[in-house]
Amino acid sequence: MLTLLLILIPFISALVLMLLKSNASKPLALGFALIELAIAVYAVWFAPSTQLEYICPWVPQLGIQMHVSMDGISALMVLLSTLLMPIIVYACDERKYPSAHNMFALMHIMQAAMIGAFTAMDGFVFYIFWELSLLPIFFMMLWWGGENKKAITFKFFLYTIFGSLFMLLALIYLYTQTKTHSFDIQALYAAGRALPVSTQGILMGAFFIAFAVKMPVFPFHTWQPDTYYTTPLPGVMLLAAVMSKMATYGLLRWVVPMLPEGVATYGHWIILLSVISIVYASMLAIVQKDFRHLIAYASIAHIGLVSAGVFAGNHQSIQGALIEMFSHGVNTVGLFFIYQIIYKRYQSSEMSALGGIRGLHSGFAFMSFIIVLGVIALPFTNGFIGEFLMILGVFKTNAVAAIFAGLSIIFGAVYMLRAYQKMMLGETNALTHTFEPLTQQEKTTLIILVALIIGFGVYPKPLLDLTETTVQTILTIK
Amino acid sequence: MKELVLLSSLGVLSLIAGLLRIRKPFYAIVVLGLIANIGLCVFDWNAYSFGASEQIYNMMVVNHFTLAFSMISSIIALLWLLANANFFSTDNTFSDHFALMLFSMTGGFMMLSFTNMVIMFLGIEILSIPLFVLAGSNKTNLTSNEAAYKYFLLGAFASAFLLFGITLIYGSTGHFDTAGIAEYFKQNNNNGMAITGMILMLAAMTFKVSAAPFHFWAADVYQGAPTPVTTFMATFVKTIAFAGFFKLFHDCFMPLNSNIAQLLAIFAALTILIANYTASVQSNAKRLLAFSSISHAGFMLVTILCVEQQTAGILLYYAFVYSLSSIIAFTIYKIVKEHNNEDESIDAYNGLFKNNPLLSVIMILALLSMSGIPPMPGFMAKYLVFTSAIQNGYVWIALIGILGSVIGVYYYFKMVLNMFKQSDEMPHIKVGNLQLYVLLLCVFGLIALMLFPNAVIGLI
Repeated sequence: MLTLLLILIPFISALVLMLLKSNASKPLALGFALIELAIAVYAVWFAPSTQLEYICPWVPQLGIQMHVSMDGISALMVLLSTLLMPIIVYACDERKYPSAHNMFALMHIMQAAMIGAFTAMDGFVFYIFWELSLLPIFFMMLWWGGENKKAITFKFFLYTIFGSLFMLLALIYLYTQTKTHSFDIQALYAAGRALPVSTQGILMGAFFIAFAVKMPVFPFHTWQPDTYYTTPLPGVMLLAAVMSKMATYGLLRWVVPMLPEGVATYGHWIILLSVISIVYASMLAIVQKDFRHLIAYASIAHIGLVSAGVFAGNHQSIQGALIEMFSHGVNTVGLFFIYQIIYKRYQSSEMSALGGIRGLHSGFAFMSFIIVLGVIALPFTNGFIGEFLMILGVFKTNAVAAIFAGLSIIFGAVYMLRAYQKMMLGETNALTHTFEPLTQQEKTTLIILVALIIGFGVYPKPLLDLTETTVQTILTIK
Repeated sequence: MKELVLLSSLGVLSLIAGLLRIRKPFYAIVVLGLIANIGLCVFDWNAYSFGASEQIYNMMVVNHFTLAFSMISSIIALLWLLANANFFSTDNTFSDHFALMLFSMTGGFMMLSFTNMVIMFLGIEILSIPLFVLAGSNKTNLTSNEAAYKYFLLGAFASAFLLFGITLIYGSTGHFDTAGIAEYFKQNNNNGMAITGMILMLAAMTFKVSAAPFHFWAADVYQGAPTPVTTFMATFVKTIAFAGFFKLFHDCFMPLNSNIAQLLAIFAALTILIANYTASVQSNAKRLLAFSSISHAGFMLVTILCVEQQTAGILLYYAFVYSLSSIIAFTIYKIVKEHNNEDESIDAYNGLFKNNPLLSVIMILALLSMSGIPPMPGFMAKYLVFTSAIQNGYVWIALIGILGSVIGVYYYFKMVLNMFKQSDEMPHIKVGNLQLYVLLLCVFGLIALMLFPNAVIGLI
């Protein structure tokens, strides 16, 4: 019941925001997001598990149920999206966007859809929420997007829809294989596991295409840099921080336990793709001139590592992938927020044009440095635990892949430190001769982000405990 | 039966109303009549238990299938009538329009309840002949005349095919009534003469529902006819024609001869491919919507192939969802066209979002539903069709359907993207209150269908 509430509240908030058209829509949106966070925290840590599940028949003739529930990995993802939502709302520079109440409403709808996808325990319901999460971002891009928004939106949309249809086909196929003709997750699991290895491989491929487009993984990533560039910042924060996790979550929920033999037999191809993705995106990130493009490619590299970790299929790698999903969400929001602060002051994010900000505002430079360190995955930042566990796990399965995946940390250090050096260090120039001091809102947001990065870096145990049992179940059911 | 009496007497009354020139009150009377019609269906619905039926003079039957389709199509007709009030606003012609529309509806309801081939043929003719006239009702417009003429000639041709088919079926089975024909086909479904008759009937019905390869008339007629008439044809008539088609094949020809089934499957696949492809290259908005309407006929055609109990419900759901979105799309098309000096191209939508956000959001929702993007009900409808196809062994049709849907996303989104284009400042588009309420009602209908698909699928 609580899970259903978590899905419904953002919908209602969105409706209220849209109808009220209030000038104070930001505090309102923030309030809703905080309520949602409070309920999520209660549901994840304090509520008895019987309160979480909700089942009711939806289209009984076809075995479709409205079935939502939360186990460890769902809980972690719900926590991620509800935690980031207030930060993103608070960080939003709403004066930049005409009729901002609609922007906030769309963000809430997106949150509802994503929580729905994270908690769906029915294949059909998952698909519906999966696609629903696209629509708000689509409107955000068209409404407030930057230059060339039409072509980019179109590409993004066609790409993701096309990818998702493969998943739909795979789901329908699995549905026809179930004994009771049902979309219930357990029935689908049973049907999937009973299939021969080759069929499992094909189905895994179909699922993977849908998820790979959304993550994105090479070679399905071409929509991503442009989309990250043109989407308005609150949208792209949600897109990069939470929506890409829907795909990696999908791999864990719908592929690994459902098609275990297919993953064991053909999974190394996907690890190969992921590793190519890591190296390729890192290389591209090194040569980017614009900070926002750099964030986009860095994101591909990190997500590639998560995908490899999931397919390595052992306890460490999956635990690591989950932690990395969480910390990548926080860090990406951090990076985009640094971008927002700089862009607001200089109307430029070209790294070579900037420089010397540390001398002007050392507090900002310091906090940015911690965020950058989190992205690089230095020990005692949140990025470290995840990457370490993943590389350890991948090493157990495939040592060569692990060596290349390990490059991601080195490359990460190269491009992030280089970017930091160009923007923050060095001499000031004509463009950057002054730096308008941080506002209270900017300071608070940065402090919260930094606190999260260090907090979960030093003490990741709550997150690890949360997912421990579920990862065990995923790996042991055969 | 009561519905038939009600509608045909309303039709006769409207002729008298034309003589007496009482336009305004009569509009209200027709609206009330349609509401009463829906009420009658609900009332009758409760009178029959599931699976029960009543024969009327061995010619017609009332059962849940009939009532469900009557009810939904009356709702569609009512919404259509409310959205196109100004189609009935000229003093000279309003009674013609009312009478033709009501007679056409009468024919439609006959098609829903036939148990005898004669009634089916009468139903189709009574449904079609007013449409020929309505298509040409814009008398001074050349394309409207062309549409009427084309529709009439080809429609008459199709009727001849239908009659010939009925004759051959009668010749081989010795029956006009569906029970007798069904009895015959159960025992023996590859008699050459009967098969020929079936093929002829199939051709005629495919023509009526505007499916490939007999779809060529549809684009021209839809484009040429006045927009309210096009809407009527694309929504109400299509729903009814599919219901009749479905009833004919499921009441008479089951188990379907495998060759005929193959033929039907190919027709469906062709319709989906050709219509979607052709729509994607259109620059005229009305023609685009016409081809989109043909492509949906392809999806609905698939249901006729499927044998499960719930297929009728799926067809009903698909038709309802599709009709609601079509009413929205055509109505907004008309509003936009009139606002832009009769500009029919899809460029007329440029900047619509800035001009009238509410209108464009309604249109976007309808287009999303038509293109089958979750969570809009259009997705559920297409999904149900695909699953039925796969369950009946037509995996390839599902694949083609998915391909068609992707092409569909392309052209529907061309329109959506245009709405966000920068354009010259245009005066704000004003929408009449009634029309706006109807549009909103349709949107609420779509949302309700999205949340509670079972309310419609479960009817039959």
